[in-house]
Amino acid sequence: MATRTIAGKTVAVNEEGFMTNPAEWTQEIAVEIAKEEGIEELTEAHWKVINFCREVGAASGKAPTLRTITNGAGITTKEMFTLFPKGPAKKVAHIAGLGKPEGCV
Amino acid sequence: MAEDRKVAFICSKGTLDMAYPALVMGWAALGNGIDVTIFFTFWGMDLINKNRVDKLEIAPVANTSMKMTMMGVNTGNLGIPNLMGVLPGMTAFATKLMKDKMKELEVPPVSEYLQMLVDAGAKLYACKMSVDMMGLKKEDFVDGVIDIVTASDFMDMTDGAQIIFI
Repeated sequence: MATRTIAGKTVAVNEEGFMTNPAEWTQEIAVEIAKEEGIEELTEAHWKVINFCREVGAASGKAPTLRTITNGAGITTKEMFTLFPKGPAKKVAHIAGLGKPEGCV
Repeated sequence: MAEDRKVAFICSKGTLDMAYPALVMGWAALGNGIDVTIFFTFWGMDLINKNRVDKLEIAPVANTSMKMTMMGVNTGNLGIPNLMGVLPGMTAFATKLMKDKMKELEVPPVSEYLQMLVDAGAKLYACKMSVDMMGLKKEDFVDGVIDIVTASDFMDMTDGAQIIFI
Protein backbone atom coordinates (compact mmCIF):
# COMPACT_ATOMS: atom_id res chain seq x y z
CA MET A 1 0.00 0.00 0.00
CA ALA A 2 1.38 3.37 -1.02
CA THR A 3 1.61 6.29 1.34
CA ARG A 4 2.04 9.97 0.82
CA THR A 5 2.49 13.00 2.99
CA ILE A 6 -0.31 15.54 2.89
CA ALA A 7 -0.32 18.63 5.11
CA GLY A 8 2.54 17.21 7.15
CA LYS A 9 0.86 13.88 7.80
CA THR A 10 1.71 10.55 6.20
CA VAL A 11 -1.41 8.71 5.09
CA ALA A 12 -2.17 5.52 3.15
CA VAL A 13 -3.48 6.02 -0.39
CA ASN A 14 -4.49 3.73 -3.25
CA GLU A 15 -3.14 3.85 -6.79
CA GLU A 16 -5.65 6.57 -7.73
CA GLY A 17 -4.65 8.78 -4.82
CA PHE A 18 -7.74 8.17 -2.69
CA MET A 19 -7.05 7.76 1.02
CA THR A 20 -7.70 4.24 2.23
CA ASN A 21 -8.05 4.94 5.94
CA PRO A 22 -10.68 7.61 6.66
CA ALA A 23 -9.46 7.79 10.28
CA GLU A 24 -6.21 9.37 9.10
CA TRP A 25 -8.10 12.29 7.58
CA THR A 26 -7.85 15.80 8.98
CA GLN A 27 -9.35 19.11 7.91
CA GLU A 28 -5.89 20.31 6.92
CA ILE A 29 -5.60 17.34 4.56
CA ALA A 30 -8.94 18.29 3.01
CA VAL A 31 -7.72 21.83 2.35
CA GLU A 32 -4.56 20.48 0.74
CA ILE A 33 -6.31 17.93 -1.53
CA ALA A 34 -8.92 20.54 -2.50
CA LYS A 35 -6.11 22.75 -3.79
CA GLU A 36 -4.79 19.83 -5.85
CA GLU A 37 -8.29 19.43 -7.27
CA GLY A 38 -8.31 23.08 -8.27
CA ILE A 39 -10.45 24.38 -5.40
CA GLU A 40 -8.45 27.23 -3.87
CA GLU A 41 -10.67 27.89 -0.90
CA LEU A 42 -13.13 25.65 0.91
CA THR A 43 -16.19 27.70 1.75
CA GLU A 44 -18.94 26.91 4.23
CA ALA A 45 -20.93 25.34 1.38
CA HIS A 46 -18.00 23.06 0.54
CA TRP A 47 -17.66 22.01 4.17
CA LYS A 48 -21.35 21.22 4.42
CA VAL A 49 -20.93 18.69 1.61
CA ILE A 50 -17.62 17.36 2.92
CA ASN A 51 -19.06 16.86 6.40
CA PHE A 52 -22.10 15.10 4.97
CA CYS A 53 -19.83 12.74 3.02
CA ARG A 54 -17.76 12.09 6.14
CA GLU A 55 -20.95 11.14 8.01
CA VAL A 56 -22.10 8.81 5.23
CA GLY A 57 -18.60 7.36 5.04
CA ALA A 58 -18.51 6.74 8.78
CA ALA A 59 -21.92 5.08 8.75
CA SER A 60 -21.61 2.95 5.61
CA GLY A 61 -17.87 2.72 5.04
CA LYS A 62 -18.44 3.98 1.51
CA ALA A 63 -18.33 7.34 -0.22
CA PRO A 64 -21.81 8.58 -1.20
CA THR A 65 -22.79 8.85 -4.86
CA LEU A 66 -23.75 12.24 -6.27
CA ARG A 67 -27.45 11.45 -5.97
CA THR A 68 -27.03 10.40 -2.36
CA ILE A 69 -25.37 13.75 -1.69
CA THR A 70 -28.02 15.83 -3.45
CA ASN A 71 -30.81 13.91 -1.74
CA GLY A 72 -29.21 13.92 1.68
CA ALA A 73 -27.27 17.16 2.05
CA GLY A 74 -29.97 19.52 0.77
CA ILE A 75 -27.92 20.66 -2.20
CA THR A 76 -28.82 20.67 -5.89
CA THR A 77 -26.97 18.94 -8.72
CA LYS A 78 -26.21 22.35 -10.21
CA GLU A 79 -24.67 23.61 -6.97
CA MET A 80 -22.58 20.46 -6.68
CA PHE A 81 -21.13 21.00 -10.15
CA THR A 82 -20.40 24.63 -9.25
CA LEU A 83 -18.74 23.81 -5.92
CA PHE A 84 -16.78 20.80 -7.21
CA PRO A 85 -16.57 21.20 -11.00
CA LYS A 86 -15.95 18.24 -13.30
CA GLY A 87 -16.87 15.14 -11.35
CA PRO A 88 -18.22 16.40 -8.01
CA ALA A 89 -18.85 13.09 -6.20
CA LYS A 90 -15.37 11.83 -6.99
CA LYS A 91 -13.74 15.12 -6.05
CA VAL A 92 -15.54 15.47 -2.75
CA ALA A 93 -14.79 11.82 -1.87
CA HIS A 94 -11.12 12.48 -2.59
CA ILE A 95 -11.16 15.62 -0.42
CA ALA A 96 -13.10 13.89 2.37
CA GLY A 97 -10.56 11.09 2.60
CA LEU A 98 -12.97 8.43 1.40
CA GLY A 99 -12.71 5.89 -1.43
CA LYS A 100 -14.06 6.45 -4.92
CA PRO A 101 -17.87 6.38 -4.91
CA GLU A 102 -19.42 3.23 -6.34
CA GLY A 103 -22.83 2.92 -7.97
CA CYS A 104 -24.38 4.13 -11.20
CA VAL A 105 -26.56 6.92 -9.83
CA MET B 1 -7.97 10.58 -19.07
CA ALA B 2 -7.76 13.31 -21.67
CA GLU B 3 -8.46 16.73 -20.15
CA ASP B 4 -11.02 17.65 -22.77
CA ARG B 5 -12.72 14.32 -23.36
CA LYS B 6 -16.16 14.62 -24.97
CA VAL B 7 -18.89 12.03 -25.38
CA ALA B 8 -21.97 12.38 -27.57
CA PHE B 9 -25.00 10.10 -27.46
CA ILE B 10 -27.57 9.65 -30.22
CA CYS B 11 -30.87 8.47 -28.72
CA SER B 12 -33.02 6.93 -31.43
CA LYS B 13 -35.29 4.68 -29.34
CA GLY B 14 -38.36 5.62 -27.35
CA THR B 15 -38.99 2.54 -25.26
CA LEU B 16 -38.52 2.60 -21.49
CA ASP B 17 -35.61 0.17 -21.54
CA MET B 18 -33.75 2.02 -24.28
CA ALA B 19 -34.17 5.39 -22.55
CA TYR B 20 -31.78 4.44 -19.79
CA PRO B 21 -28.44 3.62 -21.48
CA ALA B 22 -27.65 7.22 -22.44
CA LEU B 23 -28.88 8.48 -19.08
CA VAL B 24 -26.74 6.08 -17.07
CA MET B 25 -23.63 6.47 -19.22
CA GLY B 26 -24.14 10.22 -19.60
CA TRP B 27 -24.43 10.62 -15.83
CA ALA B 28 -21.29 8.54 -15.33
CA ALA B 29 -19.46 10.65 -17.92
CA LEU B 30 -20.48 13.91 -16.23
CA GLY B 31 -19.39 12.43 -12.92
CA ASN B 32 -15.96 11.91 -14.44
CA GLY B 33 -15.68 15.45 -15.72
CA ILE B 34 -16.45 14.52 -19.33
CA ASP B 35 -18.40 16.87 -21.62
CA VAL B 36 -21.76 15.33 -22.63
CA THR B 37 -23.99 16.09 -25.63
CA ILE B 38 -27.18 14.14 -26.39
CA PHE B 39 -28.91 14.23 -29.77
CA PHE B 40 -32.49 12.92 -29.86
CA THR B 41 -33.83 11.56 -33.11
CA PHE B 42 -36.73 9.48 -34.39
CA TRP B 43 -38.41 7.53 -31.56
CA GLY B 44 -35.88 8.99 -29.18
CA MET B 45 -37.90 12.23 -29.44
CA ASP B 46 -40.26 10.68 -26.89
CA LEU B 47 -37.56 11.08 -24.24
CA ILE B 48 -37.62 14.87 -24.54
CA ASN B 49 -41.31 15.24 -25.41
CA LYS B 50 -43.06 16.67 -22.33
CA ASN B 51 -46.22 14.74 -23.12
CA ARG B 52 -44.47 11.45 -23.69
CA VAL B 53 -41.50 11.17 -21.34
CA ASP B 54 -43.49 9.96 -18.34
CA LYS B 55 -45.45 7.49 -20.45
CA LEU B 56 -42.63 5.43 -21.97
CA GLU B 57 -43.34 1.71 -22.09
CA ILE B 58 -41.74 -1.64 -22.67
CA ALA B 59 -43.57 -4.31 -24.69
CA PRO B 60 -43.08 -8.02 -24.01
CA VAL B 61 -43.92 -8.94 -27.62
CA ALA B 62 -40.88 -10.07 -29.64
CA ASN B 63 -38.64 -9.35 -26.66
CA THR B 64 -36.67 -12.58 -26.36
CA SER B 65 -34.78 -11.41 -23.30
CA MET B 66 -37.90 -10.92 -21.24
CA LYS B 67 -38.51 -14.12 -19.28
CA MET B 68 -41.49 -15.39 -17.32
CA THR B 69 -39.31 -15.39 -14.19
CA MET B 70 -39.29 -11.58 -14.34
CA MET B 71 -43.03 -11.72 -13.73
CA GLY B 72 -42.47 -13.77 -10.62
CA VAL B 73 -43.35 -17.08 -12.27
CA ASN B 74 -40.55 -19.54 -11.61
CA THR B 75 -40.23 -21.10 -15.06
CA GLY B 76 -36.49 -20.90 -15.63
CA ASN B 77 -35.49 -19.82 -19.08
CA LEU B 78 -38.98 -19.78 -20.52
CA GLY B 79 -39.85 -16.60 -22.38
CA ILE B 80 -43.13 -14.71 -22.23
CA PRO B 81 -45.12 -16.25 -25.12
CA ASN B 82 -45.74 -13.68 -27.85
CA LEU B 83 -49.35 -14.83 -27.93
CA MET B 84 -49.66 -13.78 -24.30
CA GLY B 85 -47.83 -10.53 -24.96
CA VAL B 86 -50.56 -9.37 -27.32
CA LEU B 87 -53.21 -9.54 -24.62
CA PRO B 88 -54.57 -6.15 -23.58
CA GLY B 89 -52.68 -4.75 -20.59
CA MET B 90 -49.55 -6.84 -21.06
CA THR B 91 -47.43 -3.87 -22.16
CA ALA B 92 -48.69 -1.81 -19.23
CA PHE B 93 -47.93 -4.75 -16.95
CA ALA B 94 -44.36 -5.19 -18.23
CA THR B 95 -43.85 -1.44 -17.94
CA LYS B 96 -45.02 -1.43 -14.35
CA LEU B 97 -42.69 -4.32 -13.53
CA MET B 98 -39.72 -2.47 -14.93
CA LYS B 99 -40.64 0.83 -13.25
CA ASP B 100 -41.07 -0.92 -9.89
CA LYS B 101 -37.69 -2.60 -10.26
CA MET B 102 -36.03 0.70 -11.12
CA LYS B 103 -37.65 2.36 -8.12
CA GLU B 104 -36.43 -0.44 -5.88
CA LEU B 105 -32.88 0.19 -7.11
CA GLU B 106 -33.38 3.94 -6.53
CA VAL B 107 -32.96 4.70 -10.22
CA PRO B 108 -34.82 7.94 -10.97
CA PRO B 109 -37.64 8.06 -13.55
CA VAL B 110 -36.55 9.15 -17.05
CA SER B 111 -37.74 12.78 -16.77
CA GLU B 112 -36.03 13.29 -13.41
CA TYR B 113 -32.86 11.59 -14.63
CA LEU B 114 -32.78 13.79 -17.72
CA GLN B 115 -33.15 16.90 -15.55
CA MET B 116 -30.22 15.72 -13.42
CA LEU B 117 -28.07 15.45 -16.54
CA VAL B 118 -29.11 18.93 -17.68
CA ASP B 119 -28.29 20.35 -14.23
CA ALA B 120 -24.92 18.63 -14.43
CA GLY B 121 -24.21 20.37 -17.72
CA ALA B 122 -25.33 17.93 -20.43
CA LYS B 123 -26.37 19.62 -23.68
CA LEU B 124 -29.55 18.28 -25.29
CA TYR B 125 -30.52 18.75 -28.94
CA ALA B 126 -33.53 17.66 -30.97
CA CYS B 127 -33.21 16.37 -34.54
CA LYS B 128 -34.66 18.73 -37.14
CA MET B 129 -35.89 16.02 -39.48
CA SER B 130 -37.71 14.20 -36.68
CA VAL B 131 -39.25 17.45 -35.45
CA ASP B 132 -40.59 18.15 -38.94
CA MET B 133 -41.75 14.59 -39.45
CA MET B 134 -43.64 14.44 -36.15
CA GLY B 135 -44.95 18.00 -36.31
CA LEU B 136 -43.30 18.98 -33.00
CA LYS B 137 -42.31 22.43 -31.74
CA LYS B 138 -39.66 23.60 -29.28
CA GLU B 139 -42.46 24.17 -26.72
CA ASP B 140 -43.19 20.44 -26.77
CA PHE B 141 -39.81 19.67 -25.26
CA VAL B 142 -38.69 19.39 -21.66
CA ASP B 143 -36.51 22.15 -20.18
CA GLY B 144 -32.91 21.74 -21.10
CA VAL B 145 -33.33 21.06 -24.81
CA ILE B 146 -31.10 23.79 -26.21
CA ASP B 147 -32.10 23.78 -29.85
CA ILE B 148 -33.45 21.92 -32.87
CA VAL B 149 -30.50 21.09 -35.10
CA THR B 150 -29.71 19.23 -38.32
CA ALA B 151 -27.54 16.12 -38.52
CA SER B 152 -24.85 18.28 -40.06
CA ASP B 153 -24.96 20.71 -37.09
CA PHE B 154 -24.61 17.72 -34.79
CA MET B 155 -21.50 16.59 -36.66
CA ASP B 156 -20.02 20.07 -36.31
CA MET B 157 -20.71 20.34 -32.60
CA THR B 158 -19.35 16.87 -31.80
CA ASP B 159 -15.98 17.40 -33.44
CA GLY B 160 -13.49 15.29 -31.50
CA ALA B 161 -16.19 13.57 -29.39
CA GLN B 162 -16.74 9.85 -28.97
CA ILE B 163 -20.16 9.12 -30.43
CA ILE B 164 -22.44 6.42 -29.06
CA PHE B 165 -25.56 5.43 -31.00
CA ILE B 166 -28.44 3.99 -29.01
